[in-house]
Amino acid sequence: MDSPSIATTPHELGSSGLPHAHDHPAFMRHHFEDIGQQREAASFGMWVFLLTEIMFFGGLFCAYLIFRNWYHPAFVAGSNTLDITLGTTNTAVLIGSSFTMAMAVYSAEMRRKGQLVLFLVLTILLGGVFLGIKAVEYHQKYVDHHIPGMNFSIQEFVHPTNPKAIPLAPDMAEKTQLYFFLYFAMTGMHALHMIIGIGLLLFMVARASRGAYTAGHVIPVENFGLYWHFVDIVWIFLFPLLYLISRYR
Amino acid sequence: MSTIVSLPDQSTAKLPAKSYLNQEYGLKSWLLTGDHKRIAMLYLFSITFFFVIGGVLAGLIRLELLTPPADLMATDTYNKVFSMHGIIMIFLFLVPSVPATIGNFLIPLMVGARDLAFPKINLLSWYLYMGGGLLVLATMVLGGVDTGWTFTTPLSTHYLNTHVVTAAMGIFLAGFSSIFTGLNFIVTIHRMRCPGMTWFRLPLFVWGHYATSIIMILGTPVLAITLVLVALERTMNIGVFDPSKGGDPLLFQHLFWFYSHPAVYIMILPGMAVISEVISTFSRKRVFGYTAVAFSSVAIAVFGFLVWEHHMFIMGVSQYSALVFSLLTMLVAVPSAIKIFNWSMTLYKGSITFETPMLYAFGFIGLFTIGGLTGIFLATLGMDVHLTETYFIVAHFHFVMVGGMLMAYLAGVHFWWPKMTGRMYPEAISKTAAVITFIGFIVTFFPQFILGYLGMPRRYAAYPADFQVLNVFSTAGASILGIGYLLPMLYLPWSLKYGEIAGDNPWQATGLEWQIQSPPLTENFSEIPIMDHEAYDYEWLANKTHHEVQTVG
Ligand code: HEM
Ligand SMILES: [Cu+2]
Repeated sequence: MDSPSIATTPHELGSSGLPHAHDHPAFMRHHFEDIGQQREAASFGMWVFLLTEIMFFGGLFCAYLIFRNWYHPAFVAGSNTLDITLGTTNTAVLIGSSFTMAMAVYSAEMRRKGQLVLFLVLTILLGGVFLGIKAVEYHQKYVDHHIPGMNFSIQEFVHPTNPKAIPLAPDMAEKTQLYFFLYFAMTGMHALHMIIGIGLLLFMVARASRGAYTAGHVIPVENFGLYWHFVDIVWIFLFPLLYLISRYR
Repeated sequence: MSTIVSLPDQSTAKLPAKSYLNQEYGLKSWLLTGDHKRIAMLYLFSITFFFVIGGVLAGLIRLELLTPPADLMATDTYNKVFSMHGIIMIFLFLVPSVPATIGNFLIPLMVGARDLAFPKINLLSWYLYMGGGLLVLATMVLGGVDTGWTFTTPLSTHYLNTHVVTAAMGIFLAGFSSIFTGLNFIVTIHRMRCPGMTWFRLPLFVWGHYATSIIMILGTPVLAITLVLVALERTMNIGVFDPSKGGDPLLFQHLFWFYSHPAVYIMILPGMAVISEVISTFSRKRVFGYTAVAFSSVAIAVFGFLVWEHHMFIMGVSQYSALVFSLLTMLVAVPSAIKIFNWSMTLYKGSITFETPMLYAFGFIGLFTIGGLTGIFLATLGMDVHLTETYFIVAHFHFVMVGGMLMAYLAGVHFWWPKMTGRMYPEAISKTAAVITFIGFIVTFFPQFILGYLGMPRRYAAYPADFQVLNVFSTAGASILGIGYLLPMLYLPWSLKYGEIAGDNPWQATGLEWQIQSPPLTENFSEIPIMDHEAYDYEWLANKTHHEVQTVG
């Protein structure tokens, strides 16, 4: 019984050394069987990567949960010094950028080049606005001596200038440093992801304006969309956890 | 002794005219390649390089311990030597050993694909690995690090002036290399299987790597963020791990071991994966209980995430949680035992032959069993309080990592050497090397169980004179072991030129990779195969009419 399972006959090879039948789109990579497989592999790969990202942020969230539980008053006090208006604005900006990104994916699918470029640029702009506002907030923290490891002072928490704030005992006030460290680590890691994202977006705008994604090759735009929405969702968790602790007081 | 090796007639045999090795020439064609087989070769060179460095450091450790006082080197130098040994061996050798070389080479072949799903990311992994490796080397040149491979806080963050941050950055990069390897494997195994290749027709090698990849992508990012925190704590004094600021050093332990326990399974599952292939081939039988072995890999990956606290029993964790983790740790030994039993059943009434890979596989089974059983000792709370931080631990993990994984790695390298290079390694000398390794290993590490039980602590340059006899044994064994490792490093390169031509399938093995030419074509298969039989179907192989060597040109 000769098995058909393994190809045994020498195969005609193209000059490149790869078996060629040029009936596939140019963006298909040769090690895939067909474009469907390439598409599935790419988007599956992206989801697996996002899983990795969840675990990466997970370490920080874990630290946050433990310390928030232990030093709740310090976390409340720290949280209340954040500017909620700026935080809320940023949340809106970021959700807006997720919308423009979704529209970019849609435009790529509809093969509308101009529209795609427009929405990618809008996404970059909104991302830039977010980072700008974040920079303003960081600067404010610097002015207030709330940056751990740099110029940290517990003065504001032991003898608050704001009459509504509850003064903390010095040893609890010390713990606000942990809160601020986590604040900077988590928002900083998030901002780093945004910066990388904007870098990729710039690259994609350049390629999109040459029509790279509007001839059927939407996978990169789609996958980047997943990444961008993921970064957005991280913020959706960060915002209440960092800004909204016991705000009702 | 009988043999199953069947080589083509040497007087007429030739290497295939066209293969991945001679598709293109020049350094650039290697450094910019997307071919998983070439990347596997790049890894093979680089991990061997780091293995040699790690090995020299191990030699220095054993030399220092030949005599009771700390006489060969200053005690802080000794600390640096064993730390660098651990870091290099674990992160730069054992973690990538089987997956990045043999796995990289074989997974596409075994699932019937032309390459991994993302060839460029695969190459990126290698560059990340090299970046990590260079940073670790830089650490060493700059003066080393002396935290141990575990980076224990607050020691690593507050009390040392060595290059913790550089080493941590190196491990961070190497970590991302293994994340990307895992990601590539998972996507390839899900999406690139050839027609007819159902999940339960996959060779067990692929299942083992699938489980490994799960750990890589879920565990490694936690290590990465932990190392970032250590670096921040050290440079900016931010306090997460510092009790004086309200931080918690135990948090570091939890985060570190959340990765590093599963990581020990990164360092054994691919080895087990190799052993399944070797045992089946050299006993001419389908692996007994295929499904059980396949699922036990996944079970190990899943349970492996639930036992990390057994490294922290004496660190002031709650007694109740210690009880739970003790129990869970014993449970994780069950799937490992399932594998051992199934391999033994595979051997039972098989037509066993004793080629080199099989000798290493036997070594693996014996040594891993001892290593695993002593793991149960350590999982037992009362026992662990006595044994922890002694040489018993050192012996335990060397039995599983060196006796287990390194043996499996060598089994795999020998087993697939003909496929990778087209030539056989010299059989007689390699059998000798396998036996030398086994003997050297036992003489080196068995005395350490006794030393540990008697109370000799790990990580000290000096020890009481009573312990000297056993330490001399251990150092003597290490010298034998060194010869055992040196031999393959000599005869394998030799065989590249002078080895016998292997032909497609020297072992008469059933895997898809054996049905194509050796060394394979760059595109692996000239036509994507269709899988129409189960894995390890020796009847299928016997019935297959002898077909021509699939060479081109
Ligand atoms: C089969 C079941 C296994 C069990 C039940 C087990 C159990 C344990 C326990 C309880 C410890 C902690 C001892 C202590 O620090 O007091 C330990 C340490 C260790 N085990 Fe295992 N183990 C097993 C398999 C493995 C495998 C397969 C590997 C690696 C391939 C491994 C590598 C290690 C290492 C590296 C350490 C020491 C880490 C350090 O402190 O430096 N173990 N094992
Ligand atoms: Cu463990």
